Amino acid sequence: MNEFMVFSLVPLAVSIIISMTCALLGNFLVLRRQSLIGDAISHVALPGIVVSFLITGTLASFAMMLGAGVAALVTVALIELIRRLGRVEGSAAMGVVFTSLFAVGVLLLEWHGAAGVHLDVEHALYGNLESLIWFEGVGLGALVDPAALAELPPQLGRVAWVALAVVAFVIVMRRPLVLSTFDPDFAASMRARPALVDLLLVTLVAVAAIAAFEAVGSIIVIAMFICPAAAARLMTNRLGAQIAWSQCFALLAAVSGYLLAGEAPLWLGFEVSLSAAGMIATVAGLILLAACLFGPCRARTGAAHNG
Amino acid sequence: MPDSLLGKAVIASPLALQGVTVSYDHRPVVHSVDFVTPPGSMSAIIGPNGAGKSTLLKAALGITRRLSGEVRVFGRPLEQETRHLAFVPQRSSIDWDFPARVIDVVGMGLYRDLRWWQFGSRKLRRRAMESLVRVGMEGFAERQIGQLSGGQQQRVFLARALVQEADLTILDEPFAGVDAATEAAIIQVLKSLRDEGRTLLCVHHDLATVREYFDHVLLMNVRRVAAGPVDEAFTEDNLQATYGGRLSPVQLARLVEPTPAGWQAEWQEGTERR
Repeated sequence: MNEFMVFSLVPLAVSIIISMTCALLGNFLVLRRQSLIGDAISHVALPGIVVSFLITGTLASFAMMLGAGVAALVTVALIELIRRLGRVEGSAAMGVVFTSLFAVGVLLLEWHGAAGVHLDVEHALYGNLESLIWFEGVGLGALVDPAALAELPPQLGRVAWVALAVVAFVIVMRRPLVLSTFDPDFAASMRARPALVDLLLVTLVAVAAIAAFEAVGSIIVIAMFICPAAAARLMTNRLGAQIAWSQCFALLAAVSGYLLAGEAPLWLGFEVSLSAAGMIATVAGLILLAACLFGPCRARTGAAHNG
Repeated sequence: MPDSLLGKAVIASPLALQGVTVSYDHRPVVHSVDFVTPPGSMSAIIGPNGAGKSTLLKAALGITRRLSGEVRVFGRPLEQETRHLAFVPQRSSIDWDFPARVIDVVGMGLYRDLRWWQFGSRKLRRRAMESLVRVGMEGFAERQIGQLSGGQQQRVFLARALVQEADLTILDEPFAGVDAATEAAIIQVLKSLRDEGRTLLCVHHDLATVREYFDHVLLMNVRRVAAGPVDEAFTEDNLQATYGGRLSPVQLARLVEPTPAGWQAEWQEGTERR
């Protein structure tokens, strides 16, 4: 029990919070056919962080998040610019922008990596979930002991705040959000401010992606923006139910992925454990696969009648 | 324009446009269009593809930014008075695979009546159901929108506008891709709205039905060609000017003269339907 509290409680909690938060926003990204934006933003966090390190010379969380935030803004602006100037589809513009910027980030990282600072590509991709150790978390008593709670890894508090902001946004803005996702022109005619809603949604996606990136790496973020929501869409034709399904899937993926990463290799007789982030993302992918094969609402009902 | 200088017609009109210009990439799509929608009228906006008809509507509703020009609703600036306007977009402009039921879509028309902490009320639900009854779709309230036919989708869109109880309803090609029976049902609802004293403004493509359905027209091709009562503005010369001389004399003769019913049906079959 103590071992679980010290080594697993915080990583598990962070995985669950991040997964459910990203999945919640993912519902709207999937319906807007903008899933890639989460992908793009979590990728460009890498060059953002590297550049911020090169400028400030520190790996403090604040500097890193600021760098990632600026990179996210630059990305969104570049995507819009390429979409307009090149007259290409949004997803094509996203693909071009985030792969190029990520590549620049890798090069920058290698270049300054020679200086011997701890910042590497693996860290960026699958984060450091396993390093979120709660040294004071000995016994259940620690859960109510203020001194022990103060020693909780700061990432937990950060992702919890982000989750709270995202939930508040979705609850308060649910009607404009649905309206501008379904029919932006009508939303504009009702003064539901679709452009502002767009901007807020992308901003929150960026905030969630960056908070998650620091705690768990970008793989979980990318998987969770897409897989649970896409799988949930195949389970139901109701938006409320879809959101509920996406939350269940995200929870399932986070818990089972985390446990499997620690336990599965042992069952198979290997004395190693796998990356929890990688396993959570894999489980999310498998859930989507299962929904594609067996989900009750797989047919695109609208397709047959349009004409 | 100072309010004191506004004409009586502009103050009475639910939508008056003056010098409305919209451009994409430095190319004018709508150039300096004036139109005063007569209150209580059924007006059609007519012009060839790419004439800027939908763009004009979107600019009039504040959806698309206009480069210049003024939009007045009962003589007041549009931004303060959008509540008086209801919009029915083109059916093909949205993704009908969206996870929503018919009643959910109609409920979107009640957006302004609900604050964020409120969930719907029985009264609002009844209003939504009444709108569905008016378009004959009450039996489909719980249906997933993707399962509807094109005509049914259009009627749901119309119900969403009805629920707003607006003075002016603006429709972008309400008859595109719907069958003759649905077209008749929709026109009946629109006429009943006019009989209540409300105003309707439609982008319309089927020249053969203009005389039958509408009392006023705006003919445009980027610029305004003509506007006014159908009898005065819907003439051979104006149509030729609007369509750049691409209508044949036979077509024109049939259009501008009041035609026997048989001819009309024949023409309708041959008309291109989008």
